[in-house]
Amino acid sequence: MIVEVTDLRREFVVRRRAGRLRRTRDVVAAVDGVTFGIAPGECVGYIGANGAGKSTTIKMLTGILVPTSGTVRVCGLEPVRDRTTLARRIGVVFGQRSQLWWDLPLRDSFRLLGAIHRLPTSAWEPRLAECVQLLEMEPFLDTPVRQLSLGQRMRGEVTAALLHSPELLVLDEPTIGLDLLSKERLRAFLVRERAERGTTVLLTTHDLPDIERLCDRILVVDHGRVAFDGDLPGLVARVGAERVLVVDLAEPGPPLIDVPGTTLRAVEADGLRQHLAFRKEDTTAAAVVAAVSARVELRDLAVHEPAIEDVVRRLYLE
Amino acid sequence: MADATTAQAYNALVRSRVAAQASYRASFAIELGSQVLLVLIEFVEVYVVFHQVDALGGFDFAEVAVMYGLSAVGFGLADMVVGHVDRLPFYVRTGTFDAFLLRPLSALGQLVTSDFSLRRLGRIGSGVVVLVIALAGADVDWTPARALLVVVTPLAGGVIFGAVFVATCTIGFHVVEGMEFANAFTYGGNYLSSFPFNIFGTFIRRFFTFVVPAAFVAYLPTLALLGRSDPAGLPGWLSWSAVPAALIAAAAAGWIWRLGLRHYVGAGS
Amino acid sequence: MSVIAVGPAVALAGAGYRRWATYRQAALAGVFVNTVFGVIKLSILLGIADSAGGTVAGYDAASLSTYAWVSQGLIAVVMIFAWTELADRVRTGDIAVDLARPVDLQLSWLAQDIGRAAWALLSRAVVPIVFGAIFFGFYWPTDPTAIILLPVSILLAVCVSFAGRFMVNLTAFWLTEIRGLVLLYVLVAGLLGGHLVPVQLFPDWLQAAAYATPFPAMVQFPINLMTGQATGLRALGEVAVQVAWAVGLLLLGRLVLSRATRKLVVQGG
Repeated sequence: MIVEVTDLRREFVVRRRAGRLRRTRDVVAAVDGVTFGIAPGECVGYIGANGAGKSTTIKMLTGILVPTSGTVRVCGLEPVRDRTTLARRIGVVFGQRSQLWWDLPLRDSFRLLGAIHRLPTSAWEPRLAECVQLLEMEPFLDTPVRQLSLGQRMRGEVTAALLHSPELLVLDEPTIGLDLLSKERLRAFLVRERAERGTTVLLTTHDLPDIERLCDRILVVDHGRVAFDGDLPGLVARVGAERVLVVDLAEPGPPLIDVPGTTLRAVEADGLRQHLAFRKEDTTAAAVVAAVSARVELRDLAVHEPAIEDVVRRLYLE
Repeated sequence: MADATTAQAYNALVRSRVAAQASYRASFAIELGSQVLLVLIEFVEVYVVFHQVDALGGFDFAEVAVMYGLSAVGFGLADMVVGHVDRLPFYVRTGTFDAFLLRPLSALGQLVTSDFSLRRLGRIGSGVVVLVIALAGADVDWTPARALLVVVTPLAGGVIFGAVFVATCTIGFHVVEGMEFANAFTYGGNYLSSFPFNIFGTFIRRFFTFVVPAAFVAYLPTLALLGRSDPAGLPGWLSWSAVPAALIAAAAAGWIWRLGLRHYVGAGS
Repeated sequence: MSVIAVGPAVALAGAGYRRWATYRQAALAGVFVNTVFGVIKLSILLGIADSAGGTVAGYDAASLSTYAWVSQGLIAVVMIFAWTELADRVRTGDIAVDLARPVDLQLSWLAQDIGRAAWALLSRAVVPIVFGAIFFGFYWPTDPTAIILLPVSILLAVCVSFAGRFMVNLTAFWLTEIRGLVLLYVLVAGLLGGHLVPVQLFPDWLQAAAYATPFPAMVQFPINLMTGQATGLRALGEVAVQVAWAVGLLLLGRLVLSRATRKLVVQGG
C-alpha cells in the first residue's frame, strides 16, 4: 500500500461569538474515523460535498496537518514527521492555490523547483521537455505566471508537481474552472502519465467525467466518514443514478409515458419539451431515442449525465 | 542538512528574488532613495537632542551617533535579509505557506528566502556613513580587538534583529491580525538601541537586554569601544558579548519558530 | 461645487467608525505598540530634560510625559502613518464607481475618515494616555481656553491630515507606483509635525521650516493645548492656523481632484 490510513480523525475548535462578550467553543470533527488504503498504480477519486473533509484528509496525507488521532502512512513515511523526505516522493496540486512563482516566467519556476528538489539538470530537463510537448506549453514558457490563463497555469502546476517524478500524485480539484478543452487535455495527459509510469493518483473533484476518464476506484466521504468505496458502475448501481434525455419535439405532443425503460420526469411547453429519465442498466440512450422518434418527430435532443453531487446526495438518502 | 545542494537551492531562490526586483529599475531607485532619507530623518532626531544638550545619559553627540550607526547598519542588514518574514499571515491566508510545506526544504528557509529587499542597501549604506563619521569624532582608543569589534558588531546586530523578526513573525501562526505586535520588538528595538540604555527605566532596560537582546546591538559594544563601564552596572564582559548574544538569540528564535510551526500543523494545540 | 448634506455625512462617518471597529485584534496590537514606543520616546525626552537641568524649551518632566503620551495616542487618530486606500481605488479603477455616486467624493471620504478617527480616539488613544497618566508624571491642562478648544483642535488636525493624505493619494492618477512617495510623506510629516520630538526643541531654522508646512497643525498644535504650551490667545491663534490649513488644503485637494477627473474622462484613466 502506498497510502495507508487507519481510523483517521481530525478535530477543529470552532469559536463563535454568542452575544456581546461571550464566546462558545465547539469541537467539530472534520474527519471522523476514516480508514482506507491505496495500492501502487491505482487512481482513486476522493469525492464528497464541500466541507465533507476532503481537503482536511489531503492536508494530513501531505504533512501539512497533524491528525488528532489515527495513523497515516504515505510511501511508508509518517507525513508530518518526515515532511521533507515525503515531499521528494509525492507531487501535489491544489487547483485553487498556486505553487508557482507568480512574478517569474514559468520556465524559471521549473528551474527553481529542480534546484529545490536537488535534482541534477539531467534528471528534470528531459521530464520537463516531455511535459512541455504533451501539454503544449512551449508558447507561454517565458510568460510570467501572473499573466497566464487558468488553463495554462494549471498545466504548469501539474508539470511542477511531476518534475521530480513522484510515486504519488495528489490532485485537489485540478479541473475546477477550466474550459472543456483544457479539462480534456489535462485528463488525456494524466491517463498517459499513469500508463507510461504507473504513477499512483489521488484526486478530488466535482466533475464526473474526471472520474469516468481517470479513476479505477471511488471513495465517497460525507461528514468526515467514508460512505462508499468501490468503482463508478458500483456506485451508480447502488444509488440508481439516472441519466436524463431531454427531447424537443417538432410540434406539441402527448406525454411520452410508455417509452420502454424510461420514466417521464417533466413536460414543458404543452409537450414541446419532455424529460425522460433512464438507467444505464435498463436501456441505452440510442434505444430511447429510437423509441421516441418512432412515435413523434424530433427537433433536438440532449443527454444529461448524473452530476456527482446528485449521485452522492442519493447515497445519503438511502 | 546544510549540504552543498541545499545551499544551491537557497542560492537559486535568492537570486530569483534579486532578479525580480532588478526588473523594476525606476521604482527600485525611488525606494532606495527613501531608505537613505529614512536614516537621515531618524538621525535628525539625534541631532535635535544634541541641539538642546551636550550629553545624553553622560554620552556626547559622537558617542550616541556611534550607537545610532551600529544600530542602523545591524537593523538594515536584518531588514534586508529577513525583514519580510512579517508577511507570514499573508502567505498563510493565500496558501503560499502550504506550498512551502510541500517542498523538500525547511519552511523557515523558504520564508526567509521568499524575498530579499535590496532597497535596504540604502539604509545600510547611509548607516555605514553615519557610523564612520561618528567613529572619527568619538574618542576611541583603537586596539586590534576594538577594530574587530566594530566590524563584527553590525553583523551580530543583524543576527539579533533577524532573530527578533523570526521569533515575532510566529505571532502570525496564532492570531489572524495581530502582526503589529511584532513592531514593538523589531522597530521598537531598533528605536531604543540607538540611544544610551541608562536613560531607560529598569524594566525596559532589562527587558531589552535579556529578553529582546537589543542592548547588544549598539549600546554595549559602544561601551567596549569607548572603554567605559555601564552606568547602570552591567558587568564589563557583557560589553564584548554581542556575538554570543546573537547566537543565543538565533537559537531561541529557531525554537520559537518550531513551536509556531507545530501550532500551525495542529500538533501544538 | 456640490455640498454634502448633514444626514449622509453622519451616515458615512458611522460607516467609517463601524468598518474600523471590526479590527479589534489589530487595535489591541496597535495600542500595545504605541505604548511601548511611548515609554521609549518619553525616556529619551526625560534624558534630555535631565541633562538640561530639569526643563527644556519650556517643558518640564510632567509636560514632556503629557507630550509623549498624547502624541502616541494621536498617531492612529490623526493617521500620520501610511494610508493608501484611495490610491488603491485609483489604481484598480474602482474610483470611477466613487465618482459616479451622487455625493461629493472628497467630503464623503472626509466624513468616513472622521468616523475612523472617532473609533481610533476610543480604541487607540485612551489607553496610552491613561497608561502614561498612571505610571508616569502627567501634566493636565488648566487653561479654560485650551480645554474648550481641545476637541475642536483634534477634529481640525484630522481634517488637515486627511486633506494632505487625500492629495498624496491622488498622485496615483499620474504615477504608477506611489509607495516611495507615501513613505517619504509619512517620514517628513512625522518629523516636521513634531511627532518624534516637540517642534519647540528644534533648532530655529528647522522650526521655521516646520511652521511653513501644515504638519504641526496635524500633530503639534493639539498636543500644545494638552501640555500647556498654548494657552489663551496663542491657543486661539494656533486653532485659527489649523482652520486656515484645513480649508486651504481641502480646496487645493478639490482642484487636484478636478484635474484628475478630467484626466480620467479624457484619457479613460
